[in-house]
Amino acid sequence: MEMKQALESFARRRTDQLVVAPFTGGLVWQDVSQHPDLDLPFWGAMGKASSTGLGLALAAPNRQIWVLDGDGSLVMNLGSLVTIANLAQKNLVHVVLENGVYATTGGQPVPGAGNVDFAAAALAAGFPRAYAFSDVAALERGLDHALAGDGPTFITLRVAPAPLPKGGDDVRLPRRRTKQSAIAMSRVLQAARSN
Amino acid sequence: MELRSGRRRDVTTPPSRRTIEGQKAINLGLELKSEQITGAAAVVSMLLEQGITHAVWLVDTESSSMYEALTDAHRAGSMMTVPVCREGESIAIAVGLMLGGKKPVVIMQNTGLFESGDSLRGQAIDLDMPLLMMIGYRGWSADRSLMTDSAAQYLEPVLDAYGVPFWTMTATNFSTLIPTALAEAERRGGPTAILVPAEWAE
Repeated sequence: MEMKQALESFARRRTDQLVVAPFTGGLVWQDVSQHPDLDLPFWGAMGKASSTGLGLALAAPNRQIWVLDGDGSLVMNLGSLVTIANLAQKNLVHVVLENGVYATTGGQPVPGAGNVDFAAAALAAGFPRAYAFSDVAALERGLDHALAGDGPTFITLRVAPAPLPKGGDDVRLPRRRTKQSAIAMSRVLQAARSN
Repeated sequence: MELRSGRRRDVTTPPSRRTIEGQKAINLGLELKSEQITGAAAVVSMLLEQGITHAVWLVDTESSSMYEALTDAHRAGSMMTVPVCREGESIAIAVGLMLGGKKPVVIMQNTGLFESGDSLRGQAIDLDMPLLMMIGYRGWSADRSLMTDSAAQYLEPVLDAYGVPFWTMTATNFSTLIPTALAEAERRGGPTAILVPAEWAE
């Protein structure tokens, strides 16, 4: 399935979830997200989006956190599966957009592409629930159930490699965009604590 | 308080074996075994007093003396310990906590700092996060007369390269150093570091 189709399935179900979306997934997500104030496009610290998502989940336990990770990012920080499972934070959903390539550098293969069972790895690390979807129809049938239960939940989406979306200034000035989004998200959470 | 005082060597009795009055720790919910606490527990007490909510860490030799006090604080619900598998995770987790309004401290060894360079750069520094890091100063003999590991050689130059102010913690300065390092992080809008030398090891 196409990455954008898969992410549209998430966007249609989103209410007040915070989304941490690094690199390619972040660029695609910005085209489908209806709540940019709740999005953290993530350009710093390669592989660490899931860790930042875990920190958000710990800080805001009453709000669900979606991390839209990449497979290249996850293999840079595979130990985070153990860290997340060990802390058993119920409000964290770790999604992996498994396209098998480093899209931001031109589509070179990720080590182990196609041979790694990320859902099995998550379960072996201690995640209580893990799902794998390869087509939109299956995703539409199973996503409500996957998102509804207590986490941490792991979802891998087997998506087709695609050219990097055009990002304009967002690509040329990623630091500024990430910082602006971080400030916006922080303010939303601060306002929620005040209410 | 002098910035970048890391090269000043204060060779004294290992601080973790010293004792101080423990009333503050009692007030903050630490379960103490006596009316006095060790230096490591006093450090944790000071972190609590400064409003630290989470300790994100991978245990190392130099800070291992804090393990018991951190565990007690975690059990008491006064400060959550967040264990990580590798130190690069810790700064990213701390940034997520800070975006959510929490006040974490990251505790790691200098070897872990070297592994965490991209997280330090891409998150704590680029997002201007006032994050306190406590960094085990591996590589010196206990009396600091002999460098035993190249990890010591590179710590201060690496922190300088990242522009992170740092101080070395001793048995006599920690009660003022921790508030100072936190205040400096807030003032500059970026991370600061307290170096934890071998004297603090168990």
